[in-house]
Amino acid sequence: MSDTAVSTTSIRGFWRSFRRSRMGLIGLFMFLVVVLMAVFAPAIAPYDPKEVVRVTIDDIYAAPSAEHWLGTDDAGRDVLSNFIYGSRVSLIVGFFASFISIFIGSFVGIVAGFYGGRAENILMRFTDIMLVIPDLPLAVVIVALTKPSLWNIIFVIGALGWTGSARLVRSQTLAVKQRKFVLRARSIGAGNMHIIRYHILPMVLPLIVVNTVLVISLAILNESTLSFLGLSDPTALSWGQMLNFAFTRGAMSARAWWALVMPGLGIVWAVLACTLLGQGLEQVLNPRLETHHLAVGVQMVDRGAEVQA
Amino acid sequence: MSEQQPIIELKNLRKLFPVNKTSLWEQEEKFVHAVDDVSFVLHPGEVLALVGESGCGKSTLALTLMNLETPTEGQIFFEGRDVTHLSGKPLQEMRRHIQMVFQDPYESLNPTMTIGDIVAEPLVVHRLEPNKQARQDRVVRALEDAGLKPASNFMHRYPHELSGGQRQRVVIAGALVLEPKVLLADEPVSMLDVSIRAEILNLLASLRETRGISVLFITHDLGTVAYFADRIAVMYLGRIVEMGGTLSVLERPLHPYTKALLSVMPVPNPRLRRERIILQGETPNPIDLPSGCRFHPRCPIAQPHCQQTDPAWREIEPAHWAACLEV
Ligand SMILES: Nc1ncnc2c1ncn2[C@@H]1O[C@H](COP(=O)(O)OP(=O)(O)OP(=O)(O)O)[C@@H](O)[C@H]1O
Ligand code: SF4
Ligand SMILES: [Mg+2]
Repeated sequence: MSDTAVSTTSIRGFWRSFRRSRMGLIGLFMFLVVVLMAVFAPAIAPYDPKEVVRVTIDDIYAAPSAEHWLGTDDAGRDVLSNFIYGSRVSLIVGFFASFISIFIGSFVGIVAGFYGGRAENILMRFTDIMLVIPDLPLAVVIVALTKPSLWNIIFVIGALGWTGSARLVRSQTLAVKQRKFVLRARSIGAGNMHIIRYHILPMVLPLIVVNTVLVISLAILNESTLSFLGLSDPTALSWGQMLNFAFTRGAMSARAWWALVMPGLGIVWAVLACTLLGQGLEQVLNPRLETHHLAVGVQMVDRGAEVQA
Repeated sequence: MSEQQPIIELKNLRKLFPVNKTSLWEQEEKFVHAVDDVSFVLHPGEVLALVGESGCGKSTLALTLMNLETPTEGQIFFEGRDVTHLSGKPLQEMRRHIQMVFQDPYESLNPTMTIGDIVAEPLVVHRLEPNKQARQDRVVRALEDAGLKPASNFMHRYPHELSGGQRQRVVIAGALVLEPKVLLADEPVSMLDVSIRAEILNLLASLRETRGISVLFITHDLGTVAYFADRIAVMYLGRIVEMGGTLSVLERPLHPYTKALLSVMPVPNPRLRRERIILQGETPNPIDLPSGCRFHPRCPIAQPHCQQTDPAWREIEPAHWAACLEV
């Protein structure tokens, strides 16, 4: 039934209106830069960060030079190469953790919003509890207790970051549920599963897409924070970990600004990219919903942005 | 009509909506009496018009009839079977035979689905045409029966690309595709331009002719039904106050409320012209109903006993019923 719903014309129409959002375009560009950097890291990076290098005292925190454009770190490794490879970890964590978050959040939100009653009460109480527990300390505790592997970190960040999405999706589901076309679907004899699949989901999906992009930035930020606190996979060098090493291993006293600035810029860049892209998408998906008062509201996305702040 | 088994029968149907208490001191729980003790039958192939002013409970009656709102009291029979408390699969199965055309064609179509998908949806839901081509053919036929010709012009468009009249035709096509036995048309033309109304009404009338569907036609405008309803039921504040054959109701209305409605109706036929009766006051709210006859605060011929006695439902002429103490 839905195989014609997303036709090529609607994708073209989507692009045509997305093009009009300057912020969205900037966000998309910034986002693509990070993605391309991560994908083609081996081709771009001048050195392989995993390579064992013989280090002399001069190589530690060496200032930028022709050989090392952005200098070296405490172990004499090339900062630029570390930075390029670090984007991989940040993006992997960002994508996977946000998918986990969005999946849980959408599931909880749709079930609570659609079925109402006791299911809603239980789920939303649980969401509220999760919401008031500060994410970061809990993540620190969990990661510290388990092995700080990349997948553990992804799982912890994903499992803690869904509450905002759940509330957002729930309120949108509540609004969509009230609409007359849902009543019409019932009147033709449709069951709950059919209504969720063909009527609720397509109307909630734009919100979910926008929210995913915003949650990616949240996840990247969380990963950086955990790594900065030293809770990260020692084998996966991320931007946060670069910062951690720089701070704990004397980059400040060595005045090696390059070891701090690059990973910091990377984090800000990625977070900004997702936020701008999310806002651009929101602007496009909003009128396309072609609804009067129930579309993805600006205030909803703002709330999403607040969560990450 | 005939003695054959009615396709739908309502017995003392009641739908109350609880109202949120407004004050801390109010003890009793209050209700909106949206549908209050309604009984009638709908025969196969018959068009019954349900007439009443806005807010009298017409839509609620239709929704309750399909169990889209749970009835508070009373019984609903479909082809002689009690369907009041159906749920799950049997309920979905029953709904297949009773289709509804909603009041607002701008809201009743999902904006993310194409017209083709919308009309095919009932078939998908009931797994009626697993074969894609056969399903497509049926959708095309339904669209063209509903006056959207050629159907290929509409199949791949989205609701927002269509006019109000076209959307209402899509809703009708979606209802027809299941070949239902009953059509509940809830003010199908009230949101449309006057110029399109006649077309949609003619369409509904011809469907009754060609397919023998029973129609419950809901409207607030007596004028639109006069020419194709077999019987008329007049509703006031959740209750039916008069019911009878179209001609008898229009020519010899019994209830003062019907008389008032008719008197303000512009009629080309001078035989039907009457002195205008302008009703005094507002419709009372359906939460705190007037005592006795619920029409008495506005009734031009109200007597003192009307405030105490709730008039019984009586057959005053053959097959012409009314609830009024003064007829
Ligand atoms: N879900 C609900 N909850 C509470 N009250 C309701 C609900 N639905 C309808 N009502 C009330 O029930 C009464 C009847 O409403 P209904 O929509 O059936 O009227 P109607 O005759 O269809 O009016 P209209 O011609 O404007 O469509 C109204 O007073 C309305 O406010
Ligand atoms: S019973 Fe009395 S108040 Fe009610 S309609 Fe008849 S005359 Fe009017
Ligand atoms: Mg109505």
